[in-house]
Amino acid sequence: MNIDYSQLIPNNVDLSSDRTLQRALERWQPAFLGWWNDTGPASTSDLQVYLRTAISVEKDGWANFGYVRMPEYRWGIFLVPGDENRKIHFGDHQGEAAWQDVPGEYRSTLRRIIVTQGDTEPASVEQQRLLGKTAPSLYDMRNLFQVNVEEGRHLWAMVYLLHRYFGKDGREEAEYLLERRSGDTNNPRILTAFNEQTRHWLAFFMFAFFTDRDGKFQLSSLAESAFDPLSRTCRFMLTEEAHHMFVGESGVARTVQRTCEVMKEHGLTDPKEGRQFGVIDLHTLQKFVNFHYSVTLDLFGSDISSNAATYYTTGLKGRYEEAKRGDDHRLSSDEYKMLDVENGRIVERSVPALTALNARLRDDYIEEIQGGLNRWNRIPEQLGIPFRFKLPHLGFHRKIGNFAGQFISPDGQIMTEAEWNRQRDNWMPSESDHQYIESLMGQVIEPGTFANWIAPPARGINGKPMDFEYVRFN
Amino acid sequence: MDAALVIDQEKQAQFVDFQTHPSRYQHWQLRFDGAVATLIMDTKEDGGIRPGYKLKLNSYDLGVDIELHDALQRIRFEHPEVRSMVLASAKQRVFCSGANIYMLGSSSHAWKVNFCKFTNETRNGMEDASRNSGIKFLAACNGTTAGGGYELALACDEIMLIDDRSSAVSLPEVPLLGVLPGTGGLTRVTDKRKVRRDLADIFCTVPEGIQGQRAKDWQLVDEVVKPTQWNEYIQKRAQELAKQSDRPQDEAGVELTPLKRSVDKHGYHYEYVDVSFDREGRTATMSVRAPQSVTAKSLSEIRAAGMTWWPLQMARELDDAVLSLRTNELELGLWILKTSGNADAVLEIDRQLVEHRANWFVREVINMLRRTFARLDVASRSMYAVVEESSCFAGTLFELALAADRSYMLNNPDNPKATFVALSEINFDLHPDLETQHATSLPSCLLESVSGVPRLVSRFYGDDKKIRSMRTLIGKKLSAEDAAEAGLVTAAPDELDWADELRLAIESRVALSPDALTGLEANLRFAQPESMLTRIFGRLSAWQNWIFIRPNAVGQTGALKVYGSGNKAKFNWERV
Repeated sequence: MNIDYSQLIPNNVDLSSDRTLQRALERWQPAFLGWWNDTGPASTSDLQVYLRTAISVEKDGWANFGYVRMPEYRWGIFLVPGDENRKIHFGDHQGEAAWQDVPGEYRSTLRRIIVTQGDTEPASVEQQRLLGKTAPSLYDMRNLFQVNVEEGRHLWAMVYLLHRYFGKDGREEAEYLLERRSGDTNNPRILTAFNEQTRHWLAFFMFAFFTDRDGKFQLSSLAESAFDPLSRTCRFMLTEEAHHMFVGESGVARTVQRTCEVMKEHGLTDPKEGRQFGVIDLHTLQKFVNFHYSVTLDLFGSDISSNAATYYTTGLKGRYEEAKRGDDHRLSSDEYKMLDVENGRIVERSVPALTALNARLRDDYIEEIQGGLNRWNRIPEQLGIPFRFKLPHLGFHRKIGNFAGQFISPDGQIMTEAEWNRQRDNWMPSESDHQYIESLMGQVIEPGTFANWIAPPARGINGKPMDFEYVRFN
Repeated sequence: MDAALVIDQEKQAQFVDFQTHPSRYQHWQLRFDGAVATLIMDTKEDGGIRPGYKLKLNSYDLGVDIELHDALQRIRFEHPEVRSMVLASAKQRVFCSGANIYMLGSSSHAWKVNFCKFTNETRNGMEDASRNSGIKFLAACNGTTAGGGYELALACDEIMLIDDRSSAVSLPEVPLLGVLPGTGGLTRVTDKRKVRRDLADIFCTVPEGIQGQRAKDWQLVDEVVKPTQWNEYIQKRAQELAKQSDRPQDEAGVELTPLKRSVDKHGYHYEYVDVSFDREGRTATMSVRAPQSVTAKSLSEIRAAGMTWWPLQMARELDDAVLSLRTNELELGLWILKTSGNADAVLEIDRQLVEHRANWFVREVINMLRRTFARLDVASRSMYAVVEESSCFAGTLFELALAADRSYMLNNPDNPKATFVALSEINFDLHPDLETQHATSLPSCLLESVSGVPRLVSRFYGDDKKIRSMRTLIGKKLSAEDAAEAGLVTAAPDELDWADELRLAIESRVALSPDALTGLEANLRFAQPESMLTRIFGRLSAWQNWIFIRPNAVGQTGALKVYGSGNKAKFNWERV
């Protein structure tokens, strides 16, 4: 087979002269397209979507806009340019040259890290496959598809690493990434949270804000890795991840905006009101915050983790913004404070910092999430609505870590299972909440028009006007 | 309060009790559904038998295994209707993640070794039950099955692994902990599962293990099953396994009532067994008493006696005494085995055991006797049997003398009939005529040692002529001279030499290096033939325990010591 790889697959990894990669991709690339057609955005293969494509890592190469039919999207392989003097800057290997190849000793661990990260990328595409049918505007539809193709590209990025550095095992794992299916009991995605269906657009926005941000923090800590190709890959992915979180944060903000506008217009002050005017009441939005926040906290893993400690010491995975931290970057005698439950009470205790790295990354995440909530809260503030969003307690609705098995209210009270269940629907989206939101969902394809439940964004994509035809139906 | 009493109280607070009851289980649930019982592991994180670690992810410690052992005993005796057992997990995506690493990392060497021994005996007991009780075992590996968790699965007749694209079976001891999957894991992978050695080499060095079809292809598991078919498949297979069993369907079980035992600073005291400590002399004298007469004369009377039928009650008491001594009395290095009671009663009971061995209850009693004596085979203690006037080393109880490293028999020419030993059919492979007596296929020997043959047979290295001549002695009361002549006892000092000979033998023994003795005794006890079990115990005692004390495992930077801290093990790279 004679394929012009550099045309088909934009890259900066010298694909056209890498026989190993070519061989791997010959099989995988058609399988990827098959996967996209089977489980990617439903009934979209004829749509012309105004998408951004990365064609190089140069300043102007990253954001190349134009109409694309999605199956023809040029998924590329990009790493930020290498620095041959890069040194490992934490853990036992601190000061040694960064690894350009996988050390045999860490091969299986690194492979597992990459596979676990890689598996979330196609999973979210699968979770969101039906959303295009209920997009509240062309603008939103386009953003969804942009997120989807970029999740696809992130899959490519991880598969590149597997193909290039992990031999036969890596090729097999790359195939499995296409074979698993979100929500398929027999063949599920690795992480439980990625097997839940994204039922509607509010869930999508919340997911993009809360859960994609977990991805950002995981990628950030992998960007510190001693394994240089992983570091460089993740750093490039982070630029795209930022857009996904923008979609989430602005999507929720516009929903809040619309609700607050309606409340003000009709003189409503009760956060449970608004449904009679076809918007999503603030109380329900808070319940979605509670849900998505708590399930995402679980994605950070156990508060105390020997795996995380080992990853750090061996240089596989650093802390968020490792380089900016002013300590010895070994943490062998440091401590870290965390919440735990002891004798039915929530207490703070100190643990060895090395074993608390999951908790620490999660705490960094929470800080950033709080910033997003503060921005959302300016909307009711400006419109004179007294309601403010609040993050629930760390221990609320947790399945993993120190709070697993406990029943804790959003304000941090430990209670019985029965009492918690009695109040559950007050704290978390109920089936009827979902059904109500689903009843609001309907495809809006008139350029410049938005569904009633969501406000228009402040500006369009790539300087285009609001009534631009972001998606063309031919 | 005097110092000795304080120490005793501390000892009692630390006393590890192997007796428990389902009402007190912390870590297991037992469910019964006709012929199929399901034993569900659900370890309680804060339920460790010692402080300092959490039993996360269905990891286990000695306390978890004591409950498992108890549950298996109850299935054997209290639930004759159970024909197959499913070992399952209540935890999502975790079957069992093996022995708790933090427990191993913080335990003394002796504790680790003793823990491994007991867990392995429990696993051997499952295989024994499969072979001899008609209880088939199915491991329902619904998620991560790692280390000791896979060793537990390996003890089952069949291993089912869920095929959810992430669950794997693994033996990660070498790559993660710098020790061996030595509690039967390595040996069962080769000897039992017959995994090719190069594949076993890969399997034991990849920490994430092997999953899906490859696990089946490599013979690590018997079947991989999709999640949607999982429950149905396990039930179906458990029912099929149940059909292979010959256990009765409509018999009432025999309740294992609590042992009547008192523990004090002098020893352990039961009805038929008594253990007295000599702390200064570093010995324990274990005395087993036979009944004065045979009260249960028919099978129905035996069934009615149940728990109190002498061979069962004696075996339970002896079993508890051996376990308690091994775990709680490390410095009592020499066990002196004594017996008393009516030898004719024992020989008559032996005859009943052989005659009724097809009955499920009698069979379970024989199995219990066998497992109990097998604990002596693998005890890291010296054992001397002492045959005196009024001793009762006959038939079943002569197994104590055969299990001992040496036996001393009083030779009193003035009263030669007062001191004797006696053999019964039960000490041998069953006579061929007996073997064909029953239509169903019954085992050809009843009380074999861990080497898989009767102790008497391995004592004479399987010499047919010698063993045939031994058979002619069955039922006879052999004097000290006869017994020494036949090679059944080590020495037969006369009454003038007796006390001093015995004292010297004991004093010289307890003066020797305890480690060297453990090695010496294991070498000699498992001389010939070897079995999978002797290989497991031998390798556990030698290889695993060597690795367990090496700095590469337990030094300040050893793999076991630093596991979980995030620090990397630092090895001495010298190959030894």
